[in-house]
Amino acid sequence: MRDIIKMILVLAILSTFSGGLLAAIRTGTKDKIENQQLQFVKGPAIRSILEGASNDPIADRFKLKDGDIERSFFVGAFDGKANCIALESYGKGYGGDVGVMVGINIDENKLIGAGVTTHAETPGMGARAKEDPAFVSQFKGVDVKDAYKVTTDGGKIDAISGATITSRAVCAAVTDVASIYSRLKPQISDKIKEFNK
Amino acid sequence: MAKSIVQEFTKGLWDEIPPFRLVLGLCPTLAVTKTVENGIGMGLATTFVLVCSNILVSALRNMIPSKVRIACFIVVIATFVTVVELLMQAYTYPLFLKLGIFIPLIVVNCIVLGRAEAFAFKNPIAPSLADGLGIGVGFTIALAALGAIRELFGAGTILGINVFGPSFQPFNFMVEAPGAFVCLGLMLAVMNLAKK
Repeated sequence: MRDIIKMILVLAILSTFSGGLLAAIRTGTKDKIENQQLQFVKGPAIRSILEGASNDPIADRFKLKDGDIERSFFVGAFDGKANCIALESYGKGYGGDVGVMVGINIDENKLIGAGVTTHAETPGMGARAKEDPAFVSQFKGVDVKDAYKVTTDGGKIDAISGATITSRAVCAAVTDVASIYSRLKPQISDKIKEFNK
Repeated sequence: MAKSIVQEFTKGLWDEIPPFRLVLGLCPTLAVTKTVENGIGMGLATTFVLVCSNILVSALRNMIPSKVRIACFIVVIATFVTVVELLMQAYTYPLFLKLGIFIPLIVVNCIVLGRAEAFAFKNPIAPSLADGLGIGVGFTIALAALGAIRELFGAGTILGINVFGPSFQPFNFMVEAPGAFVCLGLMLAVMNLAKK
């Protein structure tokens, strides 16, 4: 009996200490890990969309509550004035969610670019959405109020040949970004003003 | 147990170098040695876990009841592996992406558990530290050596620096799994020959 109590006690104390240590390290490295993930996973897409920005869009980011979800916005400053944001959304593709980062100029309410971040589409087919800049460049300069659809669905976006589902997923993600943007426009403008102070 | 601390350290570098002499921890040895960089990264991560778990197990050896010692070892080792995983994500993210699942798998690496059971549980802190460090450095050297051979012939580079020039035809077999087995086998044969 004494043995069992000792065993339980030792294991319990050991586990408690280990849990405490891990919780402390997790809290300590949380921001750093988030930064690294943004840098290496989403960084390339953000940088190419906000190319020529005078600030670091990954450092200058803010979060807003959209219903129950918290969304990250990346700020791009051009000619010393912050007037562009980038945010990410997802569309249902052939092999799972396709993540698309979209940049919006908030003065003109126009898209300044888009780029695929994460996907699991077929290499050589749907994966071209990420590799071929010609496809995502079609979103450049389009007004946020426009409908984003591929030509077969009556829209203006030329789908990647052989990858209509992926093309639709990208369009759906961009549409979602546009609707989030319209919904949160007042809060976004407020936040941007803080950056221009 | 009359060995000095220095001997405890140096035995891990040659006499008991883990993958070649003890033939332990072969899973990461075969899986992550495509390049020297991966090998060194994996080796250092394992060394950190090994040293920390050896010290802690040795410090607690009189308190841990022997019936639940394996469970205690696993808790200690798993804690340090998670620490390494978090630190790698925070500071060396690209390397973390390359090593991927093999970092959490250090928990079940039999070198780490083996040293806790066979050495640290029976010895004071100082020799346990030396033992962990020696075995860890030996493991790192072994992975780096295997990685160097595979990277040299498979990609024509060492640490990403081109060695053979542009006319080199990569020997793809070496970077694939069968190449890892053949390479390890040849290394073992050379080590046995050297011992005789």
